Parts: sequence; structure tokens; C-alpha cells
Amino acid sequence: MTTYLIRRILLLVPTLLGITLLTFLLVREAPGNIALMKGAGGENGSRAMTAEQREAMIKLYGLDKDPFTAYAEWIGRLTRLDLGDSWVDHRSVVAKIGERIGLTASLAGSALLISYLVAIPLGVIAAIKRGQVTDRAISFTVFVLYSIPSFAAALLLILLVAGGDYLNLLPMYGTNSINASEMGRFEWLWDRIQHMILPVICLTYGSLSYISRYARVSMLEALAQDFIRTARAKGLPERLVILHHALRNALIPIITIFALELPVLISGAVIIEEIFSLPGMGQLMFASLEARDNPTIMGITVFVSILTLLGYLLADILYVVVDPRIRYE
Amino acid sequence: MALLHVENLGIHFGPPEDPVRAVDGISFEMAAGETMALVGESGSGKSVTALALTRLLASPPARYVSGRIEFEGRDVLRLPERELRALRGSGIAYVFQEPSSSLNPVFTIGYQIREAIDLHRPEIRDVTGEIVRALDTVGIREPEKRLNDYPHQLSGGMQQRVMIAMALACRPRLLVADEPTTALDVTIQKQIMDLLKALKQQSNMAILLITHNFGLVADFADRVLVMFQGRIVESGPTAEVLRNPQHLYTRALIECVPKLGQKQRRLKVIDYAGIN
Repeated sequence: MTTYLIRRILLLVPTLLGITLLTFLLVREAPGNIALMKGAGGENGSRAMTAEQREAMIKLYGLDKDPFTAYAEWIGRLTRLDLGDSWVDHRSVVAKIGERIGLTASLAGSALLISYLVAIPLGVIAAIKRGQVTDRAISFTVFVLYSIPSFAAALLLILLVAGGDYLNLLPMYGTNSINASEMGRFEWLWDRIQHMILPVICLTYGSLSYISRYARVSMLEALAQDFIRTARAKGLPERLVILHHALRNALIPIITIFALELPVLISGAVIIEEIFSLPGMGQLMFASLEARDNPTIMGITVFVSILTLLGYLLADILYVVVDPRIRYE
Repeated sequence: MALLHVENLGIHFGPPEDPVRAVDGISFEMAAGETMALVGESGSGKSVTALALTRLLASPPARYVSGRIEFEGRDVLRLPERELRALRGSGIAYVFQEPSSSLNPVFTIGYQIREAIDLHRPEIRDVTGEIVRALDTVGIREPEKRLNDYPHQLSGGMQQRVMIAMALACRPRLLVADEPTTALDVTIQKQIMDLLKALKQQSNMAILLITHNFGLVADFADRVLVMFQGRIVESGPTAEVLRNPQHLYTRALIECVPKLGQKQRRLKVIDYAGIN
């Protein structure tokens, strides 16, 4: 197991190199660059830049270099844990990510947790009531949910419950109300939670519907196994047969998809944070892409890649915990 | 009073207008401590009968259309869920065909036996000691170490011994062994049958052996029932049935067992046209 873990962790390095190289080349070679963005408005605009100024800026940011040389330099700095400074506000990329990652992590974390907490019981119920009205109702609902894009759901929810046109139950955007600084601790927390409800719903329902379908299939498969008959033949109550003998087996495949959910949630956060004006990493990514702020884009890529790869590793470790048949050599 | 009394049992599958009559009105009795074999080919209704004894056959899809099953005077088909669960394991216990899939892969064998003991013999203080004894009875060496093993760490023969230990742990009055050796290779098959024979002699437990192999029946069962297409076509003391089979199907089944010392170019095949 230890050797396996060491090998897996070492394998993260080439994977990470692949991801960053590809991203680096893509953002660098795509048409347009930071100099053009800063000089937006063109030669005749109010913020117009002369051709010489633009050339100087391109040189300053090293955009005239061969892309592979530039990548090598970037990797060199990365090994010293230096992600560089943003080209937009010249603050350190690490600091910029640091002040935003907490919000995104709590959004994605809550979404992941709630997805699982709701999806597994839903899947189990659907599996037990297979073919009955309950199963069909659950299946229909999650299919509908799965089909709605999150930006559409976000806008619809804002319109219905936050806009005041229909209901005015929840705040429309932001992380806190304007007068948050005057609030007591618990009042502040409640205010924050209210602000998070809609974004978390938008991030949750897609994963939730996907995981619940997965849980249903996995549970049906477990319930069809011979050892379920053995458990019943022993005289175990049906509750234990389902929640202990079947669910324990059904959880094995469900656990691995948790790693697949991480990148989905983070890319979802890009859109959702933008819509709800939440200063998280997703919004930073969106803004950096618009501004062609390559160091920040690369910094976020590194962060998210490492997070995703660690998620996969964690899923593999959890696999061993729940399934005694699996021992990595 | 008979231990088990089955009367005119009928179990159907599929649409009521055109049902598959898996079990078509069978009746039989078993006395306490008796060993009986239920013989027939796949699809003859043996396993359906076996599972029906404790209503393990889910309904739907199965439909119990007629008859009664009485175990120790209690009407199994009308037993409330709670009493039914008490009957399963402690009254009637099962050993199934495929030991590798009949044990739950994520729990240790010790735990799986413990579950049965906790459920039916809560008065036992030293449960671990009881598990060790159960494993020892079925010939598992170093049971103290083995009880923390997971099923996949054991061979097929050992897994089947664990299944038997689990079934015996609750001291059932009837053990239903549903093709207990079919999934095992021949040498292991003999070991398991020898074990069942030894257990039969040690206890006053009745055994219902379900098999398609007449070869296993001869020196094991006191009585034999032959099932064909959901019906019992022949029954009687084993020696008599073997010596003088009345029904064409029984004869055909017996002839299907290859005999030592006889030259046979081909194995016998049952000729259904002649039977029906």
C-alpha cells in the first residue's frame, strides 16, 4: 500500500506537467493578449496605445518569447512555489487565489456534501421501490434536474425567489448584506447562509441527480446479489439487509465518482460565482480569462489540477477502505 | 407430528392468464432428523420449492397460488413478517449453491456468523468462542485466525464450509442444502458431502438435500423425491427408488450418472419425448 501510494503520488508530477503545458500553450497562443486587452479601444480610443507601447508591453511580459522557453521558465518558478504576479493588478497570484479559495471551497464542499446526503437516500429508495410510482417520480425529477443548465436554473431562481417580482425570500447576489459589518456573529452567519443558499442549490442539483442515478443502479446491482438472499435466509430484518449488506456494497462504486465531481463543481463555480457576484476562485478565473491575465489563469489551473488529482488519489484510498478485496500492491 | 408438511404447494411466475407453473401442486413430509433428497434437473422446481419453505422467494414476481407449508405446526405462508424472520436461520437454515457469491464480500466471515448468532441466540455470552467452535465443527483449521478473513481470502471449499458453519450456528431443525456442491470441483465436492454426512450423524437436524445428481443421493438420503416439471413424479426410500425406479424420468436421471467399470462411448441424455 505504501509503495503504491508513493508511486501514485510520483505519477501526479507528469500528469500535472501535461495539464499545465497544454493550458499554458492554449492561453498563450490563443488570439489576443494582455497588451491588446489593456489597449482596448484601439488606436483611436481614449485608452489607445501606440504600436511601440504595445510592443514594449509584449516584451515586458515575455510574450515575444518562444512558448516552450516561456513554459520552461514558468515551471522553473513553480518548483520554487512562485506562481508570479498578476498582469492586471501586479499582486501575487498566490495571494489572489488565497483570498478567494475559501469561498469556492465552501461552496463546492457544501454542494458535494449535500449532493451525497440527498442522492444516496434517493437512489436507495428508488432502488427499493423499483418500477413503482416512487421510483418513477424520483427518476423523472432527477432527469429533469439533470437536463437544466445551471446558469438557466440560477437566473430562474433569482427571478422567482430573489428578485421581488414573485417572491423576495433570499438575497440576489453577493456574500453578505451591505450592513454586514454591523451584525453580530450569529446574525452575520445567518446572513451569509442566506446568501449561499441559491448558489449552493445551483451547484448541487446537477451532481445530485447524477449521483442519485448512479446510486440507484449500484444499489439495484447489490440487491440482486446472492449474499442478499443469504442475509435474508439468516433472518436479518429487511432494514439491515438493505442498509447494511446491500448499501455497503453499493457504496463502493459511488465513492469513486466523488473524484469526478470535483472538477465539475469547480467549473460550475466559474459560472455560478459570476452570476451571483461571489468573489470566489471561479469568478477570478472568469475575470482573468477575460483580461488574458496568464499568470493568474495558470495559477488557478495548477490549484484546481492538484485538487482534482488529490481527489482521485483519495477516491482510490477510500476504495481500499470500503472494499476489502482491493489491496494495492 | 411431522417437522415439515407441504401440501399441494403451487408457485407460479409470469402472467396469471398464462403462468409458468414452477411448482405445480406438490405435497411431501419430513420428520425431525430425517435426511431427504429432492432430485431433478434445472428448472424442475427444486430450488423454488426450497426457497418457498421460508418465503425467501420474493412475491412478486413469484405467486404462491395454492397449498400450505407447515413447519412445526406453523403455517409458513401466513406467518407474520416478524415470526417469519425468527424462523429463518433458527428453524430452517440454508446452504446455497455458489459459496463465493453467497457470502458478503465486504464483511469478515466471523462477522457474518456473528450476525446469525446475535440474531437467534442472544443468550450466548462468548459469541467469539461460539464462532470459533462453529468453524471448528466444519473442519476449518486455525479458526481463531480465519474468523477475521474476508470471503475472498478463502478457497471455494472453505467458503462453503463457512456457509455451513453459519447455517449450523443457529442450531436449525432443518438444513436446506440447495446444490451445495455444484459449484465446487469433484474432490471438494466429496469433502463437503462427507462433512454433511458427519454433521447429520452428530445432530438431530433434518437435512433436505437438493441436487440434480443422483450419484450424491445414494449413500446420503433416507428418502428421495424426484421432481420433474414442477411435480413430484416419484418418492420413496432411496434404496428402493434407486433399485426399482417407477417413473421413466427417474430411470433416465439415474442412467445419466456414469458408472465406473462400464464402457460408455457417450454419456446418457434424457429423451423427453419418451417421458411426456
